Amino acid sequence: MTVAVDVPEQESWFHKNQQRLAPWLFLAPGLLFFLVYVIIPVFQSFNLSLYEWDGLGAAEYVGFRNYEDLYWEWVDRDAFYVSLKNNLIWLVLYLLAIPAGLFIALFLNQTVWGIRLYKSLFFFPFVISQVVVGLVFTWFYDPTFGLLNEFLGLFGMGPLNVLGDERFVTYGIIFAGLWPQTAYCMILYLTGLNAVDPEQIEAARLDGAKGGRMLWHVILPQLRPATFIAFVVTIIGALRSFDLISIMTQGGPFGSSRVLAYYMFEVALSEYGFRMGYGAAIAVVLFLIMLCFIAYFLWSMYREEKGH
Amino acid sequence: MHSMFKRTAAALAASVALAAPVAAELTGELRIFLDTSNPAPRATMEAMIDRFAAQHPGLEIETTVIDREAYKTQIRNFLTADTPDVATWYAANRMKPYVEAGLFEDVSDLWAEPEIAENLASTKGAMTIDGKQWGVPYTYYQWGVYYRKDIFDELGLSEPTTWEEEKANCEKIVASGRACYTIGTKFLWTAGGWFDYLNMRTNGYEFHNQLANGEISWEDDRVKQTFANWKELIDMGAFIDNHQTYSWQEALPFMVNGEAAAYLMGNFAVAPLREAGLTDDQLDFYQFVSINPDVELAEDAPTDTFHIPANASNKEAAREFLRFVVSPDEQTEINNGANLGQLPVNAKSSVDNDKFLLQGFEMLSSNSPGGVAQFWDRDAPAEMAKVSMEGFQEFMVKPDDADKVLAKLERARQRIYDN
Repeated sequence: MTVAVDVPEQESWFHKNQQRLAPWLFLAPGLLFFLVYVIIPVFQSFNLSLYEWDGLGAAEYVGFRNYEDLYWEWVDRDAFYVSLKNNLIWLVLYLLAIPAGLFIALFLNQTVWGIRLYKSLFFFPFVISQVVVGLVFTWFYDPTFGLLNEFLGLFGMGPLNVLGDERFVTYGIIFAGLWPQTAYCMILYLTGLNAVDPEQIEAARLDGAKGGRMLWHVILPQLRPATFIAFVVTIIGALRSFDLISIMTQGGPFGSSRVLAYYMFEVALSEYGFRMGYGAAIAVVLFLIMLCFIAYFLWSMYREEKGH
Repeated sequence: MHSMFKRTAAALAASVALAAPVAAELTGELRIFLDTSNPAPRATMEAMIDRFAAQHPGLEIETTVIDREAYKTQIRNFLTADTPDVATWYAANRMKPYVEAGLFEDVSDLWAEPEIAENLASTKGAMTIDGKQWGVPYTYYQWGVYYRKDIFDELGLSEPTTWEEEKANCEKIVASGRACYTIGTKFLWTAGGWFDYLNMRTNGYEFHNQLANGEISWEDDRVKQTFANWKELIDMGAFIDNHQTYSWQEALPFMVNGEAAAYLMGNFAVAPLREAGLTDDQLDFYQFVSINPDVELAEDAPTDTFHIPANASNKEAAREFLRFVVSPDEQTEINNGANLGQLPVNAKSSVDNDKFLLQGFEMLSSNSPGGVAQFWDRDAPAEMAKVSMEGFQEFMVKPDDADKVLAKLERARQRIYDN
């Protein structure tokens, strides 16, 4: 019996398609994890939101009852309404981090002795943990010995219990959140400013542009990529604002500083939470809100790519 | 977030291996999960487990201590997977979700043994669901008013027993520029304590229980009466300002500094108050005053418990451990002032010679004819407890909104209990 030793023209299937397969092979681990940890859970939580389940026993199918309950909470101006409203306040006010970050970046974008130190000092709040930020601001706002009230006292005002008053509490927490977020936007803009073309500035200066007009028509358009990223991270940061609320108020007083993410945690996973289905329904709502932004980001990124 | 501590008793077991072995030799592994993460209770528990290990040299014991707050959420995971043989938890409704899900072992057989049946009778009710017992208690403590005796003396006040005396006292304390009561409601449950007492004194233990079980409307006039009584104190300025921003520990300094005269709390508040420098001459205790003379006095006395998870692997050793924990000598030892500083559950144990423990024991055994409640967040279902305590906090900040708060609680009741 003889064995055909040389089969040169019989290339393996893998060999033939190597070019096309290689990118998929490299993508495979990422895709797999994305599928298992992101895509599948999205559908799972939608499915779970149709059940009533305490996380221990058997789940009971209830159709859209959980959403109906959410709707009634909305009508009654109850917890869900408060959380959603706070989410919107977060979304709007958190964006202040972008102009604030830009302002500080412009201010720090100069060459004086020791500027690196100043830059890192401004960046410091982003480096420390959100938990620490939360604690520091809790003390800052403390009604009896907090710095804020000492300060207000100098002007004969106060005392103000920021974290204990349902009118101020959300703004108080957002302000604490702006501190690290501004630092983050600042660093994005600082790197962006490094890439600004000096020749264009020169040319603009020759044409007599300065101050605000220079910033608006020459610098900002060149900072577009940085602005885009700052916008994305700030929006996402606002929607998942959880740690500060958990540290500073636990959603209190009487639930007035809750946002959707925290409310979801509370009903499903906290000490008194046993309503997995309800938590999942809140998660779905939060996901739909995020989806609007995600769709917008993807669309504008796609447009950008096509433009090039 | 959470601290773990593991230790096998092998070394210790080896050192006592020569001692005569007790009756039935237990072997294998015994895994114990504890939520007693504060330093003193932790040391107490570890010492107790060491003594148990010395009796059972064949047993390999592994102890895990989990942060008390983290434990409350982790228990759901470890009861279903990688289950220990013994775990701590709380009595009454607080254990109901796990009993209903079949995650706790029925230990009625232990309660049938005369040693336990006779000596632990007083806590049997708190451990019973559906006519069966699901664990054993290891400690309990009284609630009541801890007050600054020196401030009372300075103002010429004496311990009140009626609502009128209470309010008269409070008026004088407020007039002296102090608050009558310190409280920190950031974590809500402290307001639940106030509600427990005001409602039990206004409407009685039975009514309170029915309310916790969802059988009575929150908009019932009797509930409104409870809130009206509460409002009298709030309007008087009885409570410290900004209580919604403080935890119960952060509310302690007000009492230590003499800015508030009293604290409605569990006996665990005594230790930090003493540590903060208050002597036993400055600190005293009285039972919450009676409000409605027609109802019998009833008290809060939360019970902490040991359970055997249904998925435990060494249930024989776990049962032996439970027997050991409730035995008279161990109960005397772990609850004494040097250890937990609380009340023993075994009738044959002795209460430590501490003025607060003695008063509490006296109060619970002879002056609480109406019954003994666990605590609002252990008696009411978890969801109702959460919503209602949030309502209590809101009411304490905005007492004029009582009707709005009660309407909200009534809506929650209709949703929570109908399934």
